Amino acid sequence: YPSSPHPSSHPSSLKWTLDYPPFFAWFEYVLSHIAKYFDQEMLNIHNLNYCSSRTLLFQRFSVIFMDILFVYAVHECCKCIDGKKAGKELTEKPKFILSVLLLWNFGLLIVDHIHFQYNGFLFGLMLLSIARLFQKRHMEGAFLFAVLLHFKHIYLYVAPAYGVYLLRSYCFTANKPDGSIRWNSFSFVRVISLGLVVFLVSALSLGPFLALNQLPQVFSRLFPFKRGLCHAYWAPNFWALYNALDKVLSVIGLKLKLLDPNKIPKASMTSGLVQQFQHTVLPSVTPLATLICTLIAILPSVCCLWFKPQGPRGFLRCLILCALSSFMFGWHVHEKAILLAILPMSLLSVGKAGDASVFLILATTGHYSLFPLLFTAPELPIKILLMLLFTIYSISSLKTLFR
Amino acid sequence: MEKWYLMTIVVLIGLTVRWTVSLHSYSGAGKPPMFGDYEAQRHWQEITFNLPIKQWYFNSSDNNLQYWGLDYPPLTAYHSLLCAYVAKFINPDWIALHTSRGYESQAHKLFMRTTVLIADLLIYIPAVVLYCCCLKEISTKKKIANALCILLYPGLILIDYGHFQNIYNSVSLGFALWGVLGVSCDWDLLGSLAFCLAINYKQMELYHSLPFFCFLLGKCFKKDLKGKGFVLLIKLVCTVVASFILCWLPFFTEREQTLQVLRRLFPVDRGLFEDKVANIWCSFSVFLKIKDILPHHIQIMISFCFTFLSLLPSCIKLTLQPSPKGFKFTLVSCALSFFLFSFQVHEKSILLVSLPVCLVLNEIPFMSTWFLLVSTFSMLPLLLKDELLMPSVVTIMAFFIVCASSFSIFEKTSEEELRLKSFSISVRKYLPCFTFLPRIIQYLFLVSVITMVLLTLMTVTLDPPQKLPDLFSVLVCFVSCLNFLFFLVYFNIIIMWDSKNGRNQKKIN
Repeated sequence: YPSSPHPSSHPSSLKWTLDYPPFFAWFEYVLSHIAKYFDQEMLNIHNLNYCSSRTLLFQRFSVIFMDILFVYAVHECCKCIDGKKAGKELTEKPKFILSVLLLWNFGLLIVDHIHFQYNGFLFGLMLLSIARLFQKRHMEGAFLFAVLLHFKHIYLYVAPAYGVYLLRSYCFTANKPDGSIRWNSFSFVRVISLGLVVFLVSALSLGPFLALNQLPQVFSRLFPFKRGLCHAYWAPNFWALYNALDKVLSVIGLKLKLLDPNKIPKASMTSGLVQQFQHTVLPSVTPLATLICTLIAILPSVCCLWFKPQGPRGFLRCLILCALSSFMFGWHVHEKAILLAILPMSLLSVGKAGDASVFLILATTGHYSLFPLLFTAPELPIKILLMLLFTIYSISSLKTLFR
Repeated sequence: MEKWYLMTIVVLIGLTVRWTVSLHSYSGAGKPPMFGDYEAQRHWQEITFNLPIKQWYFNSSDNNLQYWGLDYPPLTAYHSLLCAYVAKFINPDWIALHTSRGYESQAHKLFMRTTVLIADLLIYIPAVVLYCCCLKEISTKKKIANALCILLYPGLILIDYGHFQNIYNSVSLGFALWGVLGVSCDWDLLGSLAFCLAINYKQMELYHSLPFFCFLLGKCFKKDLKGKGFVLLIKLVCTVVASFILCWLPFFTEREQTLQVLRRLFPVDRGLFEDKVANIWCSFSVFLKIKDILPHHIQIMISFCFTFLSLLPSCIKLTLQPSPKGFKFTLVSCALSFFLFSFQVHEKSILLVSLPVCLVLNEIPFMSTWFLLVSTFSMLPLLLKDELLMPSVVTIMAFFIVCASSFSIFEKTSEEELRLKSFSISVRKYLPCFTFLPRIIQYLFLVSVITMVLLTLMTVTLDPPQKLPDLFSVLVCFVSCLNFLFFLVYFNIIIMWDSKNGRNQKKIN
């Protein structure tokens, strides 16, 4: 269930309080005004876990409505890919395949419409900004991304890719013949205009809180480092393996009497609660360590983007790699973050055969990892059927495309 | 066939839609003391499991026939027994004698829904897939689109998975479809066996029995009754008799058993119609209360006469000129005649007409889509009673969009496409200006759709006036009945005029 839509105040006593940046808060504020017409009770601050059929109806319809932006973004993305390899029929054109892969993405369907969140239009914003960068409308792309960041800060994962690409390919207007950087083509105008855009957007979103001196509170809600290395449901990343290894070692250690049972903390990491833990055998991991690991992981792709830019496609690859690296090594990663890598990958998958096979592996395993999100028995056939549908369609259509 | 994966996707889509609809409520949810037909199904599992066969259809202290007594043929009972065994394995409380009355829980609902899905998957869906693959003279893409449209037909999905009234309609319809498939592909024995199974599952399949009979008889005649035809006839008779004996074996031991089962299956005492159904008699009673005027046996006689008079032409035609295409159209017109004129018809019997119409979807897409939309609409009061408004609207829209795009129905409204060419030619012999038939039909379609949408909106938003509490359901039935009468005339015209054209063509060629 989502955070209850009430105006942006942050009492720390509520369970599902707002932990997204200010723009999202304003969005929920607008929604709450519309919600008045559906069901008054839902807006009562004390009504936690309130769920009537009208509430559900309203919330689901709002998700569907906001997905219009996502549909528009998909439309724009389809314009960016070329259909030279197309067969004659509509269903074999890359554009058609891409639109089905994006619109019927299993992960997005489950997370947005069954599990319930508003990721559809956020991914729409991201895809739209990518499409704008493909269409060489860099300012719009940067603006959209800045807005997106202030809707959901998880997109910080891919911010390095944007930053480096814009700096390298937009601010330096020309390259030397061998493709390396031409320092004297640096355009101050562009840098300043980009900076202005980002600054204005941030000012718009964070400004009110700066005035109210609530900035530290906002940041502590946005970046809850107290929440622990792994989410309640472990995201399948490196730290999950690390934790598992730690557990295995501690069990072995106990059996072999190498460890003192009294020194082992009682809290189990798989209990499903969100708290901080200390590892027993392996060194404990701090947020700084995860940041360093992530930076090391994205270094190769970012350097590639800087030294050997290959246009928007290179940017897209770097974006996907940034998303994946942050997923693997980030602090307190949600498993839904895998969608950040899968959706842009769909854009690449209809381009080259090699990318298509990588996409298939990534999408199938990523979607499978989302299964624990739906755990009730009636939903079991739905998730299996939808997963089968998406997997069979993606495999068969991509295979036909790259026959 | 190639593109197996597209067919798999179609089947998966069908299954997903079915399961998603089944997540809604069902008839009689939380409404003691009688609950609804969901409870009926559970109760049948209870009595078939706990009582010996001899007592299934009889009124006894353990088996109170007033409380949802068994009123379907033995095959349904056996199926309930099978489900009961599975239920016993999972949770015996669900079928404990007497104490499990009105049992309602999430787990049980899941169990019942799963049994429907499995029955559907095993019987109906393979029949549809095989039928579409065996269609001749159309491309693979059209076959797959056809399968998708048939699987997305809203009426069957909403009744079997949403309404839960007399679920397992897909089982009897599936068996009937296997029968049609067998008989059309010249596997007559298997086809008739399948159809006998269908009749033994739900006795309403008797609506389809006449076309089967006439078609097979016609085939025997064609093969010359003195030689091969006679052999075929004997073989068919033996198959039918054997399958009936097999199903009814436990009930043939005593004459009283057989009679009691027959009494439960054909409740002749019940009257001309019950509740509101899009049937001639119900619509007629808006103007003239037949039920009260005429005595009981005269009502039965009248309905009998009307039914048989209306289906006689097409059946005679089928016997004289048996062809798979004529067979399918005759199925439609016979079932429609029975639906309109027979006695004690339920609203969901329109499904028996919808199945043959689905089968002719690729021949006359425009009229079939129109009919299927009207058939779903005619069940609107029933669906609204179970709060299935949203799934109905969504499935109907999805079905309409899929059909409209797969068959591009709005371009196929010429005389030729509507199979009315020969009819128009014959009429033009007397009325040379009779060229406006397609335009009339398009206009009628528009009127029909607008009326249906308006009535739906009114039923949902407005309250009926105090003096006429059933106003909207009666209006729905009345409008649907008018549509069905139109379709009856249309399908009969196609049957009567079509093969004349076919014969002429053959002579020319």
